[in-house]
Amino acid sequence: MALLDVKDLGVSFTTNDGTVNAVNGVNLTLDRGETLGIVGESGSGKSQLAFAIMGLLAQNGTARGSVKFDGREILNAPAAVLNPIRANHIAMVFQDPMTSLNPYMRVSEQMAEVLVHHKGMSKSDALAESLRMLDAVKIPDAKGRIRLYPHEFSGGMRQRVMIAMSLLCRPDILIADEPTTALDVTVQAQIMQLLVELQREFGMATILITHDLGVIAGFCERVMVLYGGRVMEAAPVHPLFADPTHPYTRGLLRAIPRVDHEGGELDSIPGSPPNMTRAQQGCPFAPRCDYAGDDCVQALAPLTEFAPGRWRACNRSLEELA
Amino acid sequence: MTGAPLLSVRDLHVAFSLRREGDWPWTAPRKLHAVNGVSFDLAEGEVLGIVGESGCGKSTLARALIQMVPATGQAIWQGKTDLLSLSRREMLKYRADIQMVFQDPLASLNPRMTVGEIIAEPLRTHHPELGGDEVKLRVKELMDRVGLLPNQINRYPHEFSGGQCQRIGIARALVVGPKLVICDEPVSALDVSIQAQVINLLMELQRDLGLTLIFIAHDLSVVKHISNRVMVLYLGRMMEMAPGRDLYAAPQHPYTQALLSAVPIPDPVRERAKVVIPLSGDLPSPLAPPSGCVFRTRCARAKAICAETAPQPAAGDHLVACHFPGPAVA
Amino acid sequence: MVIDSTKMKSLADRLAGDEVKGRSLWADARKRFFKNKAAVGGLLVLLLVLAFAVFGTSIARYSNETLDFSVMGQIAEKGGPSLANGHYFGTDDLGRDLFARTVQGTQISLAVGIVGSAIAVLVGTFYGAFAGYVGGRTDNVMMRLVDILMSIPYMFVLILLLVVFGRSIIMLFMGIGLISWLDMSRIVRGQTLSLKHKEFIEAAEATGVSRLTIIRRHIVPNLLGVVAVYATLLVPLMILTESFISFLGLGVQEPLTSWGALISEGAGTMNYGTLWQLAFPLFFFVITLFAFFFVGDGLRDALDPKDR
Repeated sequence: MALLDVKDLGVSFTTNDGTVNAVNGVNLTLDRGETLGIVGESGSGKSQLAFAIMGLLAQNGTARGSVKFDGREILNAPAAVLNPIRANHIAMVFQDPMTSLNPYMRVSEQMAEVLVHHKGMSKSDALAESLRMLDAVKIPDAKGRIRLYPHEFSGGMRQRVMIAMSLLCRPDILIADEPTTALDVTVQAQIMQLLVELQREFGMATILITHDLGVIAGFCERVMVLYGGRVMEAAPVHPLFADPTHPYTRGLLRAIPRVDHEGGELDSIPGSPPNMTRAQQGCPFAPRCDYAGDDCVQALAPLTEFAPGRWRACNRSLEELA
Repeated sequence: MTGAPLLSVRDLHVAFSLRREGDWPWTAPRKLHAVNGVSFDLAEGEVLGIVGESGCGKSTLARALIQMVPATGQAIWQGKTDLLSLSRREMLKYRADIQMVFQDPLASLNPRMTVGEIIAEPLRTHHPELGGDEVKLRVKELMDRVGLLPNQINRYPHEFSGGQCQRIGIARALVVGPKLVICDEPVSALDVSIQAQVINLLMELQRDLGLTLIFIAHDLSVVKHISNRVMVLYLGRMMEMAPGRDLYAAPQHPYTQALLSAVPIPDPVRERAKVVIPLSGDLPSPLAPPSGCVFRTRCARAKAICAETAPQPAAGDHLVACHFPGPAVA
Repeated sequence: MVIDSTKMKSLADRLAGDEVKGRSLWADARKRFFKNKAAVGGLLVLLLVLAFAVFGTSIARYSNETLDFSVMGQIAEKGGPSLANGHYFGTDDLGRDLFARTVQGTQISLAVGIVGSAIAVLVGTFYGAFAGYVGGRTDNVMMRLVDILMSIPYMFVLILLLVVFGRSIIMLFMGIGLISWLDMSRIVRGQTLSLKHKEFIEAAEATGVSRLTIIRRHIVPNLLGVVAVYATLLVPLMILTESFISFLGLGVQEPLTSWGALISEGAGTMNYGTLWQLAFPLFFFVITLFAFFFVGDGLRDALDPKDR
């Protein structure tokens, strides 16, 4: 049985401008110790997907479908069920660590509080464990810095503190939502390196949500490509990059400027991302797709497994795309 | 390319006075040197990329050139006028020649104005003699040129997507026919697929209109695609400046090498095989930069001399401000 | 490049094509406002009160100054509200028609509220926007002046003004106008400071747009939302201030009256069985205040949808 089993997950929001269907019919499974990358542009629903799994949707959001953690249904579950799972089994790291750290509390207190509250440790044990964790995320002079306030850390160090905090209860799953987007490249490289090492050391399953295919390439075993709230393609990382089978994935890979390529004109994808307030029918990528036909506007092909572990949702066969 | 360069910057310094909370009015404010002794020449029709991490002073440098922050040094325009010594009033006529494109596509457009009014603003400022119909025609032509539908002239910014808003920003910068366009991180806020569209548009406009561009970004791969020459900044100082091809193929400065090695490559085989040159420690505070070479605190090659004197780049095409330049040793 | 004639033609077509109408933020806000039932209800009430103030005089059977001798001396028995003798709201203690007096009081109170808030909008907006945008020493001096004016107990000054220069409507307007813009200028300055660093202001500066034009074209239109909300909340505040002064007996002079004066009179005679003298002015006073608050709330929600 998979550790996390998401079936037909849908997320919608009621806004002044109508209903926004942010995520539609997403399926995913995650086994113990696995690394899954979810890649998508803004508005693809990648963050809302994670929020729905964690039960952290905004007030006006509703989730449909099923999310099973270790066989237990946790989607729309009451707080009594959800809280212990969020505390001990699924942890989340956000893009901006300042949103989840209390600026008026010392890091030591915030970290110890988690352990005292969830694990029932004594204050001194909790502090020692927090210190060990700060060492694990390679904060230099952790002993001296644990008593600081969050704003006294640099952006990269703050993200390390955040990661240390999320790992305190040894979660089975770590969901990292754009953990390096706000950071400079050199810091990003350090944090990603750290995540690779921690993942190896602690063995937690990790979902990495990002818009950056380069980050995905370095970290994940499996990749899921989202567009307009739907899964376009899902595959192990190597075939996905070497042989993308969906027009969107192909376009995306060609549009990225790369330092290891010659400069010059980029192959852009024409058009704009879909307006999620409009009711959708058919493939969300159809208006921007070179291969789209009338059938694509009518209905989206179901996500089908065309080779072991490789899924695609496209009306065009592989031969037609060649 | 003949005669004097379009813009010749010499020893540009920008320092901000900072007052700490609770300082007495008479205590001397602390100085933050955002840009420290940067010099470069900009030839007509050239694209100069300026890269660096946050806090390196790249945006401040650009703003100093058009007197949006107070600066000292020289910025000679077309071999004649020093832009930095001009009064507010005298500067006005050069503002039409130097336009700017901003980072946040939506925030750089006034939400209460229509697209037509936004694009027309520089025209109305610099050519108040033009009639309404003439302005409108010019705006529509430009909207068409940057890939917007001219019949959307009466729409408001919030009705456009991020990429389209950036096109509006570009149209606004081009409407008065500038010679130099400063692009301050014009694509960092955009999605990858849209980013490529905007980079391509900028390249095409640059080529067709013979524009000179200063292209500021933190993303080295984006800069690589558009620039002829690239300058790397660190803590307000120039580390390395070279033609793009040289800089990316054979970086000489240890900082450039570390920066380049950190860029993720969207290819699992290469990304997992590459060696990231680690930078030790944090960025030093710009209020108290290290003595000598500012990069020495994080540099693997640092020796005693690095703490004593700041390295001066030798003349030439490929400028490296380092006492021990050379290819990376992995 | 070979000029493609079809391409050129299509360019001309595109330039000449029908312009699509934009949907401004104001239009959006209007839509949101009219979806808000409480706010629309409030607006309706305000319009009715306004209509009452404007057309009430022609409906009234008596003038506000005429004493009705037939009821005088027996107000509690004969002066009650009645459709038969034309005193729709009854009479006051002296036998004057309360309907006519309420109409007249409504006029004064609304005028005080609207004038006070209009002064606040005009002076406060430009003062605050200028101080905030120019910044530095100018800002310091301008805002310290506001601080000083605010630290003076204004009720005391107002009362002093009315005592020294005599009670008149002009004096009342001046006194209220003098204090009403202070808070507004502070709010506007705060908003301007956050607007000032927006990129579109920077873009205008980079292009060389003059300071005054930036304030007029870029800053003030983006402030109007806050200003409109605050102005609608300021009107009842001004009405309250005027009522308080009138309640003290320092407001408008007889035979003119205002809600505050009417309520004061009504409250003075409520023990003699003439409760309507208090009830009618109080009713108008209360519904107007509520209506303004509902409209203000509605405006805030409509203009700043992210704040919910």
